[in-house]
Amino acid sequence: MRLFDVLGPVMTGPSSSHTAGAVRIGSTARRLLGEQPAQAEILLYGSFAATGRGHGTDRALVAGLLGMQPDDDRIPNSFALAKASGLHYKIGSINLRSAHPNTAVLRLVGVSGRKLEVIGASIGGGRINICQIDGITTNFGGDHNTLIVHNQDTPGHVAAVSECLSAHGVNIATMQLYRSTAGGYAVMVLECDEPIPEEIAGELRSQPGIVKVTILNL
Amino acid sequence: MSFSSIREMLQASQTARQPLYEVILESDLAESGLTRAESEAEMHRLWSVMRATSDGYCGADRSMSGFVGGDAAKVEQAAAQGTLYASGYFASVMAEALKTAECNACMKRIVAAPTAGSCGVLPAVLLPLWRTGAADEEVICRALYVAAGFGQVVASRATLAGAEGGCQAEVGAASAMAAAALVDLKGGTAEQCAEAFAMALTNLEGLVCDPVAGLVEIPCVKRNVIGAMNAVSAADMALAGVVGHIPADEVIDAMAEVGNAMSKDLRETGIGGLAGTPTGCKIAEIVTMSADTEEED
Repeated sequence: MRLFDVLGPVMTGPSSSHTAGAVRIGSTARRLLGEQPAQAEILLYGSFAATGRGHGTDRALVAGLLGMQPDDDRIPNSFALAKASGLHYKIGSINLRSAHPNTAVLRLVGVSGRKLEVIGASIGGGRINICQIDGITTNFGGDHNTLIVHNQDTPGHVAAVSECLSAHGVNIATMQLYRSTAGGYAVMVLECDEPIPEEIAGELRSQPGIVKVTILNL
Repeated sequence: MSFSSIREMLQASQTARQPLYEVILESDLAESGLTRAESEAEMHRLWSVMRATSDGYCGADRSMSGFVGGDAAKVEQAAAQGTLYASGYFASVMAEALKTAECNACMKRIVAAPTAGSCGVLPAVLLPLWRTGAADEEVICRALYVAAGFGQVVASRATLAGAEGGCQAEVGAASAMAAAALVDLKGGTAEQCAEAFAMALTNLEGLVCDPVAGLVEIPCVKRNVIGAMNAVSAADMALAGVVGHIPADEVIDAMAEVGNAMSKDLRETGIGGLAGTPTGCKIAEIVTMSADTEEED
């Protein structure tokens, strides 16, 4: 473990998993949505549901949706700030099968009407795992520069994406492919060593069969 | 690469004829790619956050559950009135441990050191030295490197997570890190740092993680006090030449073994120990009920 993981991070208490990790799930979901959320249904599972209120998990998730980071001292006031900024949220609990004990389901509608469902787990020490996007399994932590491509499950998309990254001098660290059914809807998650240039999004979106491109740079 | 044993860390210091903090800092620079200036700036920032947390303490604040708050103010007031056994440095250590740990429970900004649950231990032993002018910022930041270096070895050989190793891995590790830092601050040798570290960890070996209602409140806040006081006594013993007889690395390994042997009920699940007492269960019910009845938006 690195020195500043042993001492640090600076965070708003009380819990790295239930507070800091929850902020990161919220902020990652906001970036995946790609715009300010206007409505959010937040459903807590397991330990998040049982102890979430005492740990401020609910406030932390809302804070993340507002774009805050885990060390923001406004996290305890996120409910009031959400109301002030026009984010309507609802918090409840949910039963999931074989999910990590610290899991949240976020159903979001953005200001332009864009919709997204994200399932995220807080896996310890403030680290997170995004386990599902729009019903499709994923597995990434948002701690790398990440490119997420939603596309029709037809030949050539993986080659096109990797070619595009290589043309911009971006090295792929990890790559994951998921799909609903053969020929259906697919999601690609590529974690990269270098920051991913924004123009890649435009280049990929212009290709037939690519539905959505999201870039999460650190 | 960070060190995988205390022995190796002490040897590196001896071979390079460099103080402990220097070999710890350099090994992290090689691993993290940070420059020395960036690393030192980050350490100074962590120290400034530790100070700001304590300065921002308010005795009227309460945690979400309502069970934490106001204790540091009580200790400070009683100490000022001279009605306690502890006075001077020791009374300040108690009060500071409570302050930072209460701030954490009340959703204030803290430095996880090494974890949020144990965040009060290091500031508790260092802040009183800084406030009285007994140590300046340079010396304190060096001591924080020493603390972090020892913590890295615990992370590598055992764990710093209560869910894996119980409270001994959080408050126990924080206490042992703080003991090493205190010895370094006082000009003790690297060997004395390791002795203080080993004795502090030994004295909290077996401590379980049994948070009432699963919250970082009862008993976590007060465990920060025992972590800090234990660090001071271990550091003083080491400075006086007392040795613990079991080498630091073997103590860490024993802590890991004890953690593995702990029932899952005693590793941050909020089931066993204090969490499972009739009163602990009653508090959990109160906390859960208030969560169910709260209406949002």
